[in-house]
Amino acid sequence: MSDIRRFLRPAQMPHILCPGCSHGIVAGALLRAIDRLDAEQGSVAVVAGIGCSSRLVGSLDFCTLHTTHGRAPAFATGLKLARPDLRVIVLTGDGDGLAIGGNHLIHAARRNIDLTCVLFNNEVYGMTGGQLAPTTPSGGTTTTSPYGNVEAPFDACRLMAAAGATFVGRGLAYEPVVLEDLFTRGLRHPGFAFIEVISDCPEFYGRYNGLGSPTAMLYAQKRAAAAIDAPLASGASTFLHESDPAPAAGPVETGVLVDIERPEFGARVRALAAGGKGR
Amino acid sequence: MNEIPQLVQGNAACAAGAIAAGCRFYAGYPITPSSEIAEGMARRLPAAGGVFVQMEDEIASLAAVIGASLGGLRAMTATSGPGFSLMQEHIGFAAMAEVPCVIVNVMRGGPSTGLPTSPSQGDLMQVRWGTHGDVPSLVLTPASVAEVYELTVAAFALAERFRTPVVVLYDEMIAHMREEAVLPAVPDGGVPGRRRPAVPPARYRPYEPDADGVAPMADFGSGYRFHVTGLAHDDRGYPTQDARTADAHQRRRLDKIASYESLVAPVRGLRLDDAEVAIVACGSAARAAEEAVGEARRRGIRAGLLRPVVLWPFPDESVRRAAASVKALVVAEMNLGQITREVERAAGGRVPVVPCCRADGELIEPEQILASVESLCPAGARVS
Repeated sequence: MSDIRRFLRPAQMPHILCPGCSHGIVAGALLRAIDRLDAEQGSVAVVAGIGCSSRLVGSLDFCTLHTTHGRAPAFATGLKLARPDLRVIVLTGDGDGLAIGGNHLIHAARRNIDLTCVLFNNEVYGMTGGQLAPTTPSGGTTTTSPYGNVEAPFDACRLMAAAGATFVGRGLAYEPVVLEDLFTRGLRHPGFAFIEVISDCPEFYGRYNGLGSPTAMLYAQKRAAAAIDAPLASGASTFLHESDPAPAAGPVETGVLVDIERPEFGARVRALAAGGKGR
Repeated sequence: MNEIPQLVQGNAACAAGAIAAGCRFYAGYPITPSSEIAEGMARRLPAAGGVFVQMEDEIASLAAVIGASLGGLRAMTATSGPGFSLMQEHIGFAAMAEVPCVIVNVMRGGPSTGLPTSPSQGDLMQVRWGTHGDVPSLVLTPASVAEVYELTVAAFALAERFRTPVVVLYDEMIAHMREEAVLPAVPDGGVPGRRRPAVPPARYRPYEPDADGVAPMADFGSGYRFHVTGLAHDDRGYPTQDARTADAHQRRRLDKIASYESLVAPVRGLRLDDAEVAIVACGSAARAAEEAVGEARRRGIRAGLLRPVVLWPFPDESVRRAAASVKALVVAEMNLGQITREVERAAGGRVPVVPCCRADGELIEPEQILASVESLCPAGARVS
């Protein structure tokens, strides 16, 4: 393995992540997976939305596009259709990808366009100071759910599987080696690959919910994901740090949850031109 | 495409102009009365080697257009009022990140869902001020099918030249009208592409401007690795909170389009030389105004027409010149007085500015404009 520091922009250091944030672990695993591809550095494009995870994009020395809140999959769709030679990666967070950008995410999955989308799920809006996210566990305390969250959280992987993503996986910041494998498989997948990573926000979620130190939160990830690779079909699904008085049963499913083949969107679009449509 | 006049629909002319200008990417979302542009592009782009994609909404449409443009393709979307409202976020992004693109707004009656199948000029101010923050604005307002074609081509030339979004703005009437038009072929190189960096990748700074304020632009995947963001950024494209840097780029983005008149003459006039009353109108309203000028002349009133073809930047100088030689200005517009205030500002109190407005979904008629003109010129004061 070569030195992945060549993928970083020294001018953008120090980074803006809080002490104890898991996002750096996830980014490291992603860079090692990109390194495994042996791709030319300039042929990798990383497109991100708005939020802590999306903000990582500025630190990465590729062709990087830091877009608007939630819209990264749409920008990436245009870029990938225009430049099928580029490997296009989307970085998003749970608020960015599942709330304001939910529509773009499901349509990218439906089209099966060749993008690799990494969703950092820290169960909260971190950059804006700890507000309720569509992934915040029921009962979870945030600045905008001061009496406990009265909503139900999304299961991002099930959403993506239902929308038509042809590769869906979930990993933990606790397991960067497994993550690296998951990212590698996602990057090599010829179609829309979606990988959710459980990544902690000790500053704005852990602290408000008595979840302990950053290390304690990482260990909790491992405990909650005891049954790795539990099949999606089993119906066992919950989220980490469940603070509801009556927590849902069952562990979080991790590993590769969907891996199927379906015609890729860009290839089908290009086939129209090659087939002489409109001549 | 050739020099022989054909019977063409406005929206069809727009699609033809885009293809002729080298547009090879279209992303859009269906909306009346612009959908024929998307339909035309869906039919034509594959044969031109381009890409058509129907996105999930107008926000995504302009996002995809910006992504494709960063990949090096000339790219366009088209919409109408409700969709144009949704696009404001990315119009700001394209202006901030300096990504060339063309947006066609076929106006219908507003606000909100309004009058979907009716013409209007309700977006004349939104097109300038719709997005948050200070942005450069280049907006072209064709008044005929032939001009839709001509100005769509020009929009690509402006976007590529200045690295900025350009809007082509017309209404339902011009969009759906079929009239005789010549759609001249655009020669190779007729629409020059964006300026490319002259330095190697290691020395490239994507927002380091040349003397004219425009920075050379590399494509993603061309060997140049760089950062693009909607945050305030420095020459390298990296986010900054530095007030001086933010200010310098803010002002540069507004100033860089200053030479737009070298690509498109901003106004087209009719009988202004000896006019005592000038009508200011664009698009459909200008067609009615042209008719009103002829009738006023027949009635002994020396009327003329000042027609902005570039609506934004507003043609202040042309209005000032007209105000210096006429007795009054009539502003004919299919809204409740949006451009009137701009004309008042440019005229600077030299002459009365009389609004002549209609915003009920019907075309403004020559008779209404003529009545405004006549009210300024009592019968006794007319030349015979």
